[in-house]
Amino acid sequence: MVPIDYYVALSAVLFTIGALGVLTRRNAIIIFMSIELMLNAGNLLFVAFARMYEALSGQIFVFFVMTVAAAEVAVGLALIVAVFRTKNTINIDEASTLKG
Amino acid sequence: MLLSETTTTGFFQLVPWIVFFPAIGLLINTFMPLVMKALKREWGEPAVAITGVTASGLALVVSVLQFISLRAAHGHEQVVGVADWLNIGSFNIPWEFRVDTLSVTMMLVVSGVGTLIHLYSVGYMHYDVRYKGDPKSYARFFVYLNLFIAMMMILVSGNSYLMLFVGWEGVGLCSFLLIGFWYTKNPDATDGTKNSYAAKKAFIANRVGDFGFLMAMFITFWHFGTLSFSEIFPEVAHYSGPDGLIWWIAGFMLLGVTGKSAQIPLYVWLPDAMAGPTPVSALIHAATMVTAGVYLVARSAPVFNAVEGVHVLVALVGAATALFAATIAVGQYDIKKVLAYSTVSQLGFMVAAVGMGAYVAGMFHLVTHAFFKALLFLASGSVILAVERGHHPLEETGDAKHTGHDSHHDDHDAHHEVFDPQDMRNMGGLRKRIPWTFWTYMAGTLALAGIFPFAGFWSKDEILLDASHFEGTALVYIFLVIAAIFTAFYMGRQVWMVFFGEPRHHAAEEAKESPWTVLVPLVVLAVLSVLGGFMNWPFKEGLEPHAFGHWLDYTFAVSTGHEGHFPEFDFGVAIQSTILAVAAIIGSWLLYGRKPLKAGQTDPLAKALGPIFKGMNAKWWVDELYQAVILTPYEKLAKFLSQTIDWNFWHDWFHEKGIRDNFQRLARFLADPVDLGFIDRISHWLAQGAQGSGGWLSKLQTGYVRNYALAVFTGVVAILGYLILLR
Amino acid sequence: MDFILQPLNLVTFFPLVGVLILLFLKKEQKNAARWIAMVVSLATFGISLWVLAQFNAADPNLQMEVKAIWFSFGEWDIMYALGIDGMSILLVLLTTFLTPISILSTWTAVEDRVRDFMLFFLLLEIGMVGVFLAQDLFLFYVFWEFTLVPMYFLIGIWGGDQRMYAAIKFFLYTMAGSILMLLAILWLGNTQGTFYVPDLVAMGGIPDSIQTWLFFAFAAAFAIKVPMWPLHSWLPDAHVQAPTAGSVILAGVLLKMGTYGFLRFNIPLFPQAAKEWAWLMALLAVIGILYGALVSYWQKDVKKLVAYSSVSHLGFVMLGLFALNSTGIQGGILQMVNHGISTGALFLIIGMIYERRHTREFDEFGGLWKVMPVYAVLTLIVALSSMGLPGLNGFVGEFTILLGAWGAGQTPVLGSVLYAGFAAAGVILAAVYILYMFGKMFLGPLTNPKNETLKDLNLREIVTLVPLLVLIFWIGLYPKPFFDLMAPAVENLVAILGL
Repeated sequence: MVPIDYYVALSAVLFTIGALGVLTRRNAIIIFMSIELMLNAGNLLFVAFARMYEALSGQIFVFFVMTVAAAEVAVGLALIVAVFRTKNTINIDEASTLKG
Repeated sequence: MLLSETTTTGFFQLVPWIVFFPAIGLLINTFMPLVMKALKREWGEPAVAITGVTASGLALVVSVLQFISLRAAHGHEQVVGVADWLNIGSFNIPWEFRVDTLSVTMMLVVSGVGTLIHLYSVGYMHYDVRYKGDPKSYARFFVYLNLFIAMMMILVSGNSYLMLFVGWEGVGLCSFLLIGFWYTKNPDATDGTKNSYAAKKAFIANRVGDFGFLMAMFITFWHFGTLSFSEIFPEVAHYSGPDGLIWWIAGFMLLGVTGKSAQIPLYVWLPDAMAGPTPVSALIHAATMVTAGVYLVARSAPVFNAVEGVHVLVALVGAATALFAATIAVGQYDIKKVLAYSTVSQLGFMVAAVGMGAYVAGMFHLVTHAFFKALLFLASGSVILAVERGHHPLEETGDAKHTGHDSHHDDHDAHHEVFDPQDMRNMGGLRKRIPWTFWTYMAGTLALAGIFPFAGFWSKDEILLDASHFEGTALVYIFLVIAAIFTAFYMGRQVWMVFFGEPRHHAAEEAKESPWTVLVPLVVLAVLSVLGGFMNWPFKEGLEPHAFGHWLDYTFAVSTGHEGHFPEFDFGVAIQSTILAVAAIIGSWLLYGRKPLKAGQTDPLAKALGPIFKGMNAKWWVDELYQAVILTPYEKLAKFLSQTIDWNFWHDWFHEKGIRDNFQRLARFLADPVDLGFIDRISHWLAQGAQGSGGWLSKLQTGYVRNYALAVFTGVVAILGYLILLR
Repeated sequence: MDFILQPLNLVTFFPLVGVLILLFLKKEQKNAARWIAMVVSLATFGISLWVLAQFNAADPNLQMEVKAIWFSFGEWDIMYALGIDGMSILLVLLTTFLTPISILSTWTAVEDRVRDFMLFFLLLEIGMVGVFLAQDLFLFYVFWEFTLVPMYFLIGIWGGDQRMYAAIKFFLYTMAGSILMLLAILWLGNTQGTFYVPDLVAMGGIPDSIQTWLFFAFAAAFAIKVPMWPLHSWLPDAHVQAPTAGSVILAGVLLKMGTYGFLRFNIPLFPQAAKEWAWLMALLAVIGILYGALVSYWQKDVKKLVAYSSVSHLGFVMLGLFALNSTGIQGGILQMVNHGISTGALFLIIGMIYERRHTREFDEFGGLWKVMPVYAVLTLIVALSSMGLPGLNGFVGEFTILLGAWGAGQTPVLGSVLYAGFAAAGVILAAVYILYMFGKMFLGPLTNPKNETLKDLNLREIVTLVPLLVLIFWIGLYPKPFFDLMAPAVENLVAILGL
């Protein structure tokens, strides 16, 4: 039985990697992957704690997260394609028209 | 009577057809041009003529049948109902025909003279529409004429004042339409000869009279509860209501009479009405419609008998009109104007007669006048036509039979000479050119002048006889006798000027006799003008005495409640009036016959009378007087009300300046100083604050997603830190 | 469903079907819009005939009533109540009859935003029918105000050069009077506890002093609408600027809402005040008759002349209503219909020449008979009907009104036959201005070369006018069926007055 702490640590590492990716990278695809990484870090925690408390709701929640993530990928990729079509780049610093 | 009594009285049920036949005729003729167009046929004119004449002729047949039936029924009145008309609470007017001796007399006159004039129009209008350059109007003319017959029949046959009024206004409409028949002619005239103006004038003057009629009806209804003759007349005799009420009824009716029968003060429309085609002048403005007023008084005999003062008033109005119009007739040059004023004058005779209570005499004169005045007008039309054809021949061939319009309806406009075919100064010597017209004209003239034994002699004599007995005032008799002298004089003047002497214009020289459709009615009417007087033979010997009087008395005796008395023939009155008439004719011969007028010569009477003749010629300036006293003030009032009061004051000043501008002023005050200056300023400050802070804060929005993400992270960390560490 | 299919609901709201369909049309589908409006308005007319078939003329009370509580606030129940009786049925028929005719008249005249035009027209019809059917004061007020909106747009969008000015003036004027009426309605509801008109009439019992106030508050709204002299100043502007169809409906129906208001509310709700002030109403009516006729005579614009003649004609109606006897009121109701027909037809006629020449100045015309004979004859008939020639509809109305007014003059109601006497003088003046109009346009020589090539009426235009002419003759020759419809209800009304 692997202690829960390991899972939490791994999850934290993954989340940090994801968060840093989002904050530092310019490429939209990479940012997108980083977001996935953070989501999966969350999933890992859900599963781990569900196992620990022997409660199914955590596991079920993971399924929801995965579904939402899939949907998000669909929408997100579509957005990226759309951005690429108009700007000819997927560097998100170029897409800063909302600047105040 | 050959027919048995039951069959003959059965004709009464046919009486509505006196209206229906002309109505059908007018409907057919209305759509005749369309039908002809659809058939691609040219023979519209004969078809129109046949329809129109037949419609009127059938009405005559029905009228004759009524006469036969009424004879068989010994003059007992019949009421034939057709339908309900107005039905409001207690107010109930059915559409009923009244067949009694009075109405049948009128029916016979209207349809008889009417049919003759239809026939006459067939030929006359054939030329007239071509001279006026509008051959398509032929059908329109017969539509109007049939409409007139229908309306006139409604007028004379209705059994209530309201039905009478329907016809009364209806004939006014026909009069309007027919006077304005050549509505494009004489556009620049200012003296009332402008055709459309004359038409309007006639309608409006009639409307003034109709107003009186309406008033009379209102009073009648609210006091007798009905407008039906059969119900009112029995009650009038023993009426016991407020004093003066009947007087008002009769007085208002008199106003109606002055309108329709062209009496002072409303006669002014009739002379101008001669702008209509000549058959119209004969039918409507001489023989039938204008006598409607006389008929109304005769019909309302019980009402007029029920009060005393009215008799004098009506008789005086009639006598004064007779004299006044006769003086004007002396000074006219237009052949139809002379006859027009003569008509006004003769109507005055009739109104005076019925006013005096001499209903039989009035009706008698109405009938004979219908004969000879229709004759005179038609003959004058024949004269005008003859002169016009002499002046300006159509490229004609067989005329009435010839129907294709090859080339003979153009090039009138090329003709620019101002020529008045009605001016007697352009005539002269026509006796030889148009003998038929001349001889028939003479018959009419002698009848009108009252020369023994022509029709006018008998009827005029009866009126003068009654006037000599009249107890109201002697003025009536004096006026009428003087008017009779004038009548003989102006007719003499006219005949000398038109038919004798030498032609004063090449048109008169080349005048052509009219076609047979024009002449046949003239001859028939001439015969009637000669013999018509015998129907009321005043002597005990010879013919049936007072046949016409007894015939009418079936009606008057019932309605007035006492038998009529028929005055014996008075040789004194008759001889006196005959001598005066002959003297007047001799006088006219001295002035006009002995030394005929030459072209361009002034009227000898003008030299003799000077300003008086000028007055006669200018119709005593009555039109100008009315213009100054009524029309101009009316227009000024209308202008004042509409421009000054309604528009400048009420619309522009009160509403625009008063309400709108003050509202705007208030609005501006509230808007500028109050709203913009204060209330708006508050929000302005708020807005400025928001704008400033917004501008500063907007710098936070870099547009870089990661900046936002960092902010989110920082926030999450801060919140988590607060939750975990500080709680 | 049963509720919706009640005849009166149908006749009121059927045009909504057209409105809904029109909303789905594209702007370019002009002909479709015209046909839809035409068919729907004809169907509405058909429904109104169906209502007529079910109508029992002998029954003086409200028939085919539809009643439901619309909403309540406080102790008050606002009813959705429709009902029809002899006083309103002719006006409902007039409305549904004139609407398709007006629509037909716009066929070529309106080319701009056809769909919206038709939409407003059908909405207007709903409002007008509703006004004549509403039996609840509150509902009545809603319909009354509702009619303003479509009319405002009809004038304001499709009108002449000064359309906005006219539209706003029309709106504000009518609105101003309505406010007083609204106050009176609220007062009535507050004190009597109901807005339902038959109940209010049956209860009676409003003190005389207050009746006068309420009477004049209602009268303010109605008199402006009629319009009674001297509140007529909005009328010439509205008429001159309105498009033809708008003028037809304005003269034909909207003005009747004013006279109908007097008939339906002022007289039965405040009988004492009506009796007390009949003389004033009659006086204003008679002034209106003479004033309108005189002012008409001086107009240079045909449409303005007809607009002012409405002031005169409506004066007759008011005189008839405030004769307060059966004859006068029946004449008044019939004259409302007559005026709708005759003046409606006159506006159509003016529209036809305006479409050809784009002017309405008398000086531009003259001698038109020559080039447009059919047009001239039809105009003549309508003009004669308008001036009250016997045998045509105008005479029947005017005669019965004058007869009634004369009768009332002999009783204390009016107190003097002079009212009827002066009003009768109006028939002379009517002849003056009508003949002036006819003469200026059709008689005399054809002087203006622009008129030489004018085309006579086409089939559509003749079809537009013929139904009106049929009615002109029908009412003139045989008015009995019309009087029979209204007689019991009017007798009932007169009984309420207790004269």
